[in-house]
Amino acid sequence: MELVSVLLNRAWRLTGLSDKRSRRMEEKALEVYDVIRTIRDPEKPNTLEELDVVTEKCVEVQELGDDEYLIIIRFSPTVPHCSLATLIGLCLQVKLQRCLPFKHKLEIYITEGTHSTEEDINKQINDKERVAAAMENPNLREMVEQCVTEPDD
Amino acid sequence: MKGALELLQRVSAHADACCWYVAWNPAGTLLASCGGDRAIRIWGKEGDSWECKCVLADGHQRTVRKVAWSPCGKYLASASFDATTCIWKKTDDDFESLTVLEGHENEVKCVAWAPSGNLLATCSRDKSVWIWEVDEEDEYECVSVVNSHTQDVKHVVWHPTQELLASASYDNKVCIYKEEDDDWECRATLEGHESTVWSLAFDPEGRRLASCSDDRTVKIWKESTAGDGSTDESWKCVCTLSGFHGRTVYDVAWCRLTGALATACGDDGVRVFREDPTADSEQPVFFMSAHVPKAHGQDVNCVSWNPKEAGLLATCSDNGEFAIWKYSSDS
Repeated sequence: MELVSVLLNRAWRLTGLSDKRSRRMEEKALEVYDVIRTIRDPEKPNTLEELDVVTEKCVEVQELGDDEYLIIIRFSPTVPHCSLATLIGLCLQVKLQRCLPFKHKLEIYITEGTHSTEEDINKQINDKERVAAAMENPNLREMVEQCVTEPDD
Repeated sequence: MKGALELLQRVSAHADACCWYVAWNPAGTLLASCGGDRAIRIWGKEGDSWECKCVLADGHQRTVRKVAWSPCGKYLASASFDATTCIWKKTDDDFESLTVLEGHENEVKCVAWAPSGNLLATCSRDKSVWIWEVDEEDEYECVSVVNSHTQDVKHVVWHPTQELLASASYDNKVCIYKEEDDDWECRATLEGHESTVWSLAFDPEGRRLASCSDDRTVKIWKESTAGDGSTDESWKCVCTLSGFHGRTVYDVAWCRLTGALATACGDDGVRVFREDPTADSEQPVFFMSAHVPKAHGQDVNCVSWNPKEAGLLATCSDNGEFAIWKYSSDS
């Protein structure tokens, strides 16, 4: 009987821990969302949040261990235009790199079914060498800066 | 053959920028580093620590992605996102810019010297591989442009003894090139990786090729001769190291002195693999001998074995640092 109660206590405690953990992931996801929702769309005078390009649910956070998190973002571009989708991906990369205070690894994808060349776009956005080179292109860089800079920056 | 990696020194080499690559000179006495700050730094040992001997800051207008020393150690080549490759000549204390190789349409991703010292290979996001010849008057001439890949070419590496070149690409394939009638052409295409192949390394004898990829694996390829006298070459994948790397494997290096295989990974870790000496050479087995999970605070971009001092390893990271390690094993 004593053994059973010990096991039950342990089980309750474990549930408590996993609740805490998923709450922590949710908090981290909200922190991430707070950073990306104000990014402006490259074409329209609206934020990505206003256009539903990103939503709270589109951010997933997993623990990588030791205060480091894997962030997965799935965004839905408003138009099927390939270059705009990659530009939004670039904006997400850059803003998170600059503004997120905790240690993280990032994966950015287009939501399935929103684009015909989504595999191509996903590969480009997640290739850090391509991203770094793109940000050295003055025209692209200017476009990204306009989308990610906060009004009071 | 359980081993260990001991950190000897950590250096903040490229302030506020990525350190993309490090390369030892043939004598093993100098380390060249390059990065997002558009500069190349040459480091030498003074007493127990590595100090910056000179800075080459005006050679490129954009990120310097890779650097490579000539086999004689007197020249340094640098590949840049500004679409050029710069050749530097070493003077007593410094380096002077000798010439700038132009031609690629966009970022140059890699430059490599052939062991003979007379040939240079470059590759680019423009999908091509260029072969350059250098003559006794330090004149460089492009002798071949090969377009075998369908996407960016990330890396090129020369065979240690034969005039044979290998390239790695964003199209998930590896190509092998040989010269035929004064023209370089692709002789074999190695398929198997499921995503971008980032880097390559030949084993010390040049019998096998290691490739590393965004698919988080390292593959070992071996040339298999058809046996019917045909000139067609085929390379087979004889081993895949999977389940070891948490994210993209950006670089692989095969030590000429010990045969140890080192990898640089996007999970911030550095790993060393050794070959099981009892396994069949047609089906090699590699096991992980050493692993530093947080070798750097960010992605590890490059790993390079010192050519003269066994076990000495240099690595560098997105956080602008490079580190020097001592690998030792109980074998």
